[in-house]
Amino acid sequence: MTIPNSIAITPELVASHGLKPDEYQRILDLIGREPTFTELGIFSAMWNEHCSYKSSKKWLRTLPTKGRRVIQGPGENAGVVDIDDGDCVVFKMESHNHPSYIEPYQGAATGVGGILRDVFTMGARPVAAMNALRFGAPDHPKTKHLVSGVVAGVGGYGNSFGVPTVGGEVEFDPRYNGNILVNAFAAGLARTDAIFYSKAEGLGLPVVYLGAKTGRDGVGGATMASAEFDESIEEKRPTVQVGDPFTEKCLLEACLELMGTGAVIAIQDMGAAGLTCSAVEMGAKGDLGIELDLDKVPVREDRMSAYEMMLSESQERMLMVLKPEKEEEAKAIFVKWGLDFAIVGKTTDDLRFRILHHGEEVANLPIKELGDEAPEYDRPWVQSNGRAPLPASQVAAPADYNEALLKLVGSPNQSSRRWVWEQYDTLIQGNSLQRPGGDAGVVRVETHPTKALAFSSDVTPRYVEADPFEGGKQAVAECWRNICATGAEPLAATDNLNFGNPEKPEIMGQLVGAIKGIGEACKALDFPIVSGNVSLYNETNGIAILPTPTIAGVGLLPDWQKMAKIGSAKEGDRLIMIGTDGSHLGSSIYLRDILDTIEGPPPEVDLAAERRNGEFVRSMIRNGQVTACHDISSGGLALALAEMAMASGKGMKVSLKEQRGPAHALFFGEDQARYVITVSSDLANFVQASAESAGVPFRLLGTVTGENLIVDDLLDVAIVDLVNANESWFPQFMA
Amino acid sequence: MKSAVVQLPGLNRDRDMIAALTKISGRAPITVWQTETEIPDVDLIVIPGGFSYGDYLRCGAIAARMPVMQAIKEKADQGVKVLGVCNGFQILVEAGMLPGALMRNSSLKFVCKEVKLEVVNAETDFTRAYEKGQVIRCPVAHHDGNYFVDSELLSSLEDNGQIVFRYAEGTNPNGSLSDIAGVMNRSGNVLGMMPHPENLIEAAHGGSDGRGIFASALDVVAATA
Repeated sequence: MTIPNSIAITPELVASHGLKPDEYQRILDLIGREPTFTELGIFSAMWNEHCSYKSSKKWLRTLPTKGRRVIQGPGENAGVVDIDDGDCVVFKMESHNHPSYIEPYQGAATGVGGILRDVFTMGARPVAAMNALRFGAPDHPKTKHLVSGVVAGVGGYGNSFGVPTVGGEVEFDPRYNGNILVNAFAAGLARTDAIFYSKAEGLGLPVVYLGAKTGRDGVGGATMASAEFDESIEEKRPTVQVGDPFTEKCLLEACLELMGTGAVIAIQDMGAAGLTCSAVEMGAKGDLGIELDLDKVPVREDRMSAYEMMLSESQERMLMVLKPEKEEEAKAIFVKWGLDFAIVGKTTDDLRFRILHHGEEVANLPIKELGDEAPEYDRPWVQSNGRAPLPASQVAAPADYNEALLKLVGSPNQSSRRWVWEQYDTLIQGNSLQRPGGDAGVVRVETHPTKALAFSSDVTPRYVEADPFEGGKQAVAECWRNICATGAEPLAATDNLNFGNPEKPEIMGQLVGAIKGIGEACKALDFPIVSGNVSLYNETNGIAILPTPTIAGVGLLPDWQKMAKIGSAKEGDRLIMIGTDGSHLGSSIYLRDILDTIEGPPPEVDLAAERRNGEFVRSMIRNGQVTACHDISSGGLALALAEMAMASGKGMKVSLKEQRGPAHALFFGEDQARYVITVSSDLANFVQASAESAGVPFRLLGTVTGENLIVDDLLDVAIVDLVNANESWFPQFMA
Repeated sequence: MKSAVVQLPGLNRDRDMIAALTKISGRAPITVWQTETEIPDVDLIVIPGGFSYGDYLRCGAIAARMPVMQAIKEKADQGVKVLGVCNGFQILVEAGMLPGALMRNSSLKFVCKEVKLEVVNAETDFTRAYEKGQVIRCPVAHHDGNYFVDSELLSSLEDNGQIVFRYAEGTNPNGSLSDIAGVMNRSGNVLGMMPHPENLIEAAHGGSDGRGIFASALDVVAATA
């Protein structure tokens, strides 16, 4: 069955392509005639929200994207950051939310595949992956099925491809009942003098198609991902792609081998909107036209139409511009790896995007305008109403601190994620120095004797909902803090902005507020955004997700032997809190999970304090004075201590005497810019004196000792009981 | 001692294995591509882990039929040591070079974690660096490591000392019969094991318990890193 190119373009057809009447008028003005069916598909693919960033572009431009170490910021397949010695780290995070809800295994798998491809397209070998996953309420009928499918899909692809998954997040909230989030991060290593870009150069050069064959899967995927969901969602299943990690692994090896020969002029992976997006990108960036002959494209199915071939999102495919004299050498490499290699077109000087099929010209469009002239909106937005302040004195203290802490460590959102990450290969490549479960994943740089990279992914959606600006700041600050907690210097970040329908002013207000907050924090912490992705329309039947701007950051450890971990405290070590006493309970998990209410503003992030305290902790770690370190975030000091105790298997005796506020705020307050460190007893005075002279607030908490976590006469829980509560929720839930 | 690492499309722990052999023996192994029909003179051939051909058929089934496997068989018949780890173990079983079968994990899920291994037979070319009954740490990372043989074969494996490693202290991660983690052939020169000793050989790995296997097979002292 072939869809003819000559079908009439009706208003209904235009609408079903996700194009608004004024957008269609823009197309008519641009090309001066009615588009062909294939051309309509191409416009729909290029101008949807997912590919064009039409609602967010105006605000994304305000983010800081430059820095001393930034080699490539947003606009390429991934960001590139210098890590000295001629090495660089290439990384990005991208969402695969809509497809993962429709078909969790393949949706998640191809999300991982897509982000890995973005990284190796630039010439980098992937060395680490993370996944930030958000699901609906545990008792929602679809949640278990989605968790099971997404986790298996993430593992199924990453494990087979051969990249260690070293971190991530898994959270539950009823607001994700109809729209889960799958945000996949990947990082790779390259040499700074061997980075590959998508800009085509040179006239009349062969455009080469590489990798897997083109099928009908994923046709219209990017357009689907730019719309809200309703009851008809099951009908969208055919728009989800199917992943093949084996082919991707072969494609990685073949691409890196080919790049080594000097044959590659430009390279672009086929991701969203496949052949269309990759070809337009290469041509438009290089100020060249592209002509494609679809009869040369390797296909998996018979009688595919031009429309289907141009919109297919079949995975594991690449487009390249190669040096003609290297063609045979290139072909031999791809044949060796069992992959398709076909010359499907050439670069031209007419700045047109021309598609030939069965000898007929089925599309002829201006290539620059396809990308550059995409609509851009300054959508109306309203600032979210701030919540009334909530002093800790107005929040009830727990009847029983032991019970409250056990409940928190065993709750759906704070319990151990072991069930999840034991399904991921966290060790492959032999360089994983810190695996999931700590503050950040750490991977050593194989080619260097001492260097390592730290990775963390963070956001606290309930904060962003309560106050998008502070929540945006906090997401950046927590990511930065987690990286500092290993002793690494945070270098740069990637953002994955997940929101509802931007056509609603209140949702647009969340997006604008969060971006402003992210920008402010990134500037204050010298933590530029070098790549990212926006996922909007995460709504079902008009109910939007919690605003979730995920921030994933990368840090550099010059010497991994001087690195801190969450669980490496020794018996007799002194516990010191860095930062102020806990006082803020608004929007805390103590309120949500113990008192069953959501109120109050999120904690404010004092970015100067964040920076000062983080730099202090990092310097102590690098001087070798810290035995263990953990940041204080959701759940406050109490949860931080419990997590350190569980990770080390050692008890703690803590005193909070001379308290400067209510005990439950000291325990569970989520004030920012704070850490718990342990130091050997003979260094405790020195470290406190150093903090004092650096102007860093601190408090001596107590000693690592025994088998219980004891705080004055308020709390006394056996570590083994904490561990049991912490480890049992997830397996029991999934059983 | 010279070694070779076999490379097949979809294997992905080849780089880990090459790094381990290089660090322990002081010389890089030769790499052998799937289509090669002759293997140079080496003392140890290693088939590393991964997902050869995506494991889209039974794990290791396609790899077992590639030309290079015939060459490996010939070398094994001549007494050259062959080690298959994870997918390499599955390939050796599918090639008929080791007894038994590796089924899907009893959990039906991929599992990556550290387990304990008991060295059941320390008088082999691969385990001389250990003592009989010694319990070592070792990571696993697989989806299909559930070892099975019929009862008759099981007793003959036991009688002939062919069971080299067992999961110890209740750490069997996959439901393997009799906690079997590694078996060798009757002549003792072909060993297959699901765990990954190559990922526990140096301080950066948090220990070096896996070193002894390579040190034994390569006849170098099992120095702790």
